[in-house]
Amino acid sequence: MSTKMVLATVVSQEQLLGDVYSMWLDVGDMAGDAKAGQFIALYSSDHSRLLPRPISICEVAPEKGSLRIVYRVVGKGTEEFSGYQAGDPVRITGPLGNGYPLLKAPAILVAGGIGIPPMLELARRLDCEKTIVLGYKDKLFLNKDFEPYGKVVISTEDGSCGVHGNALDAIREAKVTGQVIYSCGPTPMLRAVKAYAEAQGIEAYISLEEKMACGIGACLACVCNSTEVDDHSHVHNKRICKDGPVFNAREVIL
Amino acid sequence: MISTKVNLAGVELKNPVMVASGTFGSGAEFSEFFDLSGLGAVVTKGVANVPWPGNPAPRIAETPSGMLNAIGLQNPGIDVFVKRDLPFLADYDTKVIVNVCGHSTEEYLEVVERLADEPVVSMLEINISCPNVKEGGIAFGTSAKAVEDITKAVKARAKQPVIMKLSPNVTDITEMARAAEAGGADCLSMINTITGMKIDIERQTFAIANKTGGLSGPAIRPVAVRMVYQTAQAVRIPIIGMGGITCAEDAIEFLLAGATAVSVGTASFNDPFTAMNVVTGIEAYMTRHHVADINDLIGIVK
Ligand SMILES: Cc1cc2nc3c(=O)[nH]c(=O)nc-3n(C[C@H](O)[C@H](O)[C@H](O)COP(=O)(O)OP(=O)(O)OC[C@H]3O[C@@H](n4cnc5c(N)ncnc54)[C@H](O)[C@@H]3O)c2cc1C
Ligand SMILES: Cc1cc2nc3c(=O)[nH]c(=O)nc-3n(C[C@H](O)[C@H](O)[C@H](O)COP(=O)(O)O)c2cc1C
Ligand code: FES
Repeated sequence: MSTKMVLATVVSQEQLLGDVYSMWLDVGDMAGDAKAGQFIALYSSDHSRLLPRPISICEVAPEKGSLRIVYRVVGKGTEEFSGYQAGDPVRITGPLGNGYPLLKAPAILVAGGIGIPPMLELARRLDCEKTIVLGYKDKLFLNKDFEPYGKVVISTEDGSCGVHGNALDAIREAKVTGQVIYSCGPTPMLRAVKAYAEAQGIEAYISLEEKMACGIGACLACVCNSTEVDDHSHVHNKRICKDGPVFNAREVIL
Repeated sequence: MISTKVNLAGVELKNPVMVASGTFGSGAEFSEFFDLSGLGAVVTKGVANVPWPGNPAPRIAETPSGMLNAIGLQNPGIDVFVKRDLPFLADYDTKVIVNVCGHSTEEYLEVVERLADEPVVSMLEINISCPNVKEGGIAFGTSAKAVEDITKAVKARAKQPVIMKLSPNVTDITEMARAAEAGGADCLSMINTITGMKIDIERQTFAIANKTGGLSGPAIRPVAVRMVYQTAQAVRIPIIGMGGITCAEDAIEFLLAGATAVSVGTASFNDPFTAMNVVTGIEAYMTRHHVADINDLIGIVK
């Protein structure tokens, strides 16, 4: 189950939207070790870009030794990845981080924008009643992939599809209920999810982001403020790459 | 048979390759990738007398062939370090060098004294390039007088050989190196990061919360090689060279410039196996160049 570095091979690459890509990677045993909510670090083949790019695991196919990532092109690294084709090599480490707990209680999965991909593997693995709330700015991606696993509620900020507004508006408008929330997305959304869960008196597991250097817990670059003293430095700074990226919302201050 | 053994102030290392403080934690995370016993030494993250929370995030930013960091020396403090990290490192056949940080002379000394009776610790590396110190806000490492004074104070209490880690953010590095030598330093390590800044033009603010950060990685290597070379001409004590080492060829540049040992830092973030690859690459270079003893490479470029 430990973290490995492997030279993965691109199985396929597909453009889902203008700047959103889906890539299947041949990674060997890592696919079987990976849990929903964990991530991999991809290294650029251009050595002027030294740091790993953390990308969530969207789906795994352990029998084929492959995993899927869905990512948005936002800079030089992701732009490079979007140019990869089947057969191209890419160096990665993984699986990294902790992943989501798989509880039995009726669940609400809430994701926004490029926080949507890790919810797919989670939706596949959660063996419980679940509602999947997906928030988009305008154009949809990946929503069809969720349909086999639960009821899907959509929101768009421009009102072009589903509820007009954000994912939290969708929860209220569609009267979505559940006993536990799993979430990933932009920080303002996670803040709203945390507040909503507290108001409802239910647990929420949220996945956080921060700039990373080592990705394995050694450099202390990627910390978030935690309510409890952390195990590593005995201060109030948990490492997102190692102690997270998934935290019980009560554990962290956003 | 080739010999890669080097001697740093009486401490023999099986090879000259170590890891740079702060880029390797206390080794636990990297031990999932390779056996730490392959390294000449492990240099730990800076440890203070009490836990330090460090700086707010974002703490790092990538830059061309390098990165800026302002971690702010987050560390668990000496108590946890001695109970948890030293026993972990004791299980490996490598030397342990503990990097020490503090806001004041007293804080450094408290850590130095706590480590005096720890047999696992082979050497102390004193980080005198912290940005926040008592003395009128001037870092311990940027005034020759302050460098000499802190070195003397540490040497008076330390049981292990003392490495002074020099800051490159000075006009004349050899002046600081001579001051450390005059204060009784057994060894020098250089360079620490070079102060830099990156501005995020979309958000129109600093890329890292601390505004400034320390530049590391291949971008600083030519500066580091130059400083090691100049310092090797100016002092008699051994030098541990670092700054942007990514492979054996980079490490050999430092040895030829006068470093007795080298540290791999930022490059471990790009590939956790880098330090081990440097070890094997140095052996290959020695074979290729028919060098039997690594000491025959040290400082031969003059
Ligand atoms: C745990 C985790 C999971 C993630 N999962 C996904 C995902 O599934 N899909 C997806 O599209 N994106 C994901 N991200 C964000 C992704 O890491 C960044 O978009 C990516 O690193 C940008 O790289 P770049 O070179 O294109 O951008 P640049 O802006 O050129 O990158 C410069 C540096 O900043 C870092 N960086 C930039 N943006 C982020 C960010 N948002 N978070 C962390 N580091 C960043 C880069 O890694 C690089 O070191 C995730 C981030 C984290 C922390
Ligand atoms: C993330 C990070 C943390 C660091 N922490 C410390 C530290 O705690 N103490 C110290 O003396 N140097 C610290 N350094 C400096 C390195 O040990 C080294 O001197 C510098 O990074 C140059 O080497 P490099 O280019 O190989 O990284 C740190 C560097 C980085 C990148
Ligand atoms: S990125 Fe180094 S500790 Fe998380």
